[in-house]
Amino acid sequence: MTSWLLLAEAGATAGSPEGGLFDLDATLPLMALQVVLLTFILNSLFFRPVGKAVEDREGYIATSRTQAKEKIAQTVRLEADLKEQLKGARLEAQKVILEAEQDSDRLYREAMAVAQADAIASRESARSKIDGQRADALSLLEADADRLADLIVDRLLPAS
Amino acid sequence: MAPLPLALPFAALEVGQHLYWQLGNYKIHGQVFLSSWVVIGALLAVVVVGTRRLERDPRGVQNLLEFLWDYLRDIAREYIGEKAYRDWLPFIGTLFLFIFVSNWGGALIPWKLVHLPSGELGAPTADINTTIALALLVSLAYFYAGLSRKGFRYFEYYVEPTPIMLPFKIVEDFTKPLSLSFRLFGNILADELVVAVLAFLVPLVVPLPVMFLGLFTSAIQALIFATLAAYYIGEAVHEEHH
Repeated sequence: MTSWLLLAEAGATAGSPEGGLFDLDATLPLMALQVVLLTFILNSLFFRPVGKAVEDREGYIATSRTQAKEKIAQTVRLEADLKEQLKGARLEAQKVILEAEQDSDRLYREAMAVAQADAIASRESARSKIDGQRADALSLLEADADRLADLIVDRLLPAS
Repeated sequence: MAPLPLALPFAALEVGQHLYWQLGNYKIHGQVFLSSWVVIGALLAVVVVGTRRLERDPRGVQNLLEFLWDYLRDIAREYIGEKAYRDWLPFIGTLFLFIFVSNWGGALIPWKLVHLPSGELGAPTADINTTIALALLVSLAYFYAGLSRKGFRYFEYYVEPTPIMLPFKIVEDFTKPLSLSFRLFGNILADELVVAVLAFLVPLVVPLPVMFLGLFTSAIQALIFATLAAYYIGEAVHEEHH
């Protein structure tokens, strides 16, 4: 078991038949060829497809963004439109409510007036009826009273 | 120098030993290719699993791949420029991924469990051949990028802003691959050596902080290599605005 120091020395000195750190040989061109091949392979397997995927996605995102922006603009427009419509509808509704209130008020007043008139009329008729009956009763009573008075006078003053 | 009375097989360290494969008249470093195949296999496995079903709502590995793609695109776009980066993204990205996975694979995969007749497995980027190959590819790439985009007007770059710059720019063409390759090679090899030496001296716990530091420098080196490659290419395709 030689130590690493000896091996390093053996490798570095010119005494050894071959080897060393700066041993250039056919490894160099073959490695270059290998790397060039790797470049072409990675280009077709990695750089082109992945680049295409990334750029497709970038394009997709860009178009999606513009579409979304258009949609937002459309939504804003529609919202303004609908707000306008809503405002109109509210005014309309208020007008209808006002009319209805006035209508019902009028009807109420009319009905009220009719009912009051009825009530007054029936009260008047009732009162006149009562008055008539009272007059009748009073006259009847007067006649009776007269009769009784006459009777009493006859009884008390038979001599006359 | 007498052999030290130490018998710790897992802590033995070999430097400059290679597993030679004969290929015709040429020799190649087998261990570098073995580990690079593991690295490439891991990369391709992740990529194939992640891109099998690409969806608009990413799930699982697709998220990771898209994050990586985005990261690499940002590097390429920032340093090469909006106009030319698409052509060079695969190259920059492959450099980054290959170096990154190599570096981290060298640190994280327990290579020492596999015994080779000679040499040992490790990060492919700890071999000078790999890093020089990568650096020369970068040189070729930026020459090709400049020439294909600007034709012979590319050489105007050598005399801009003044012809005095000519020798420096020519020297630069040599120092660029040199610095690229040696920076990567030196960092990764040094990291492996430091970890190995510490593990040899104190096998437990003590090497851990250095290992974490190694992971950090490994990632940084991959980023530096890819960024510089992108920068050189960007410099070559850059149009002067008069």
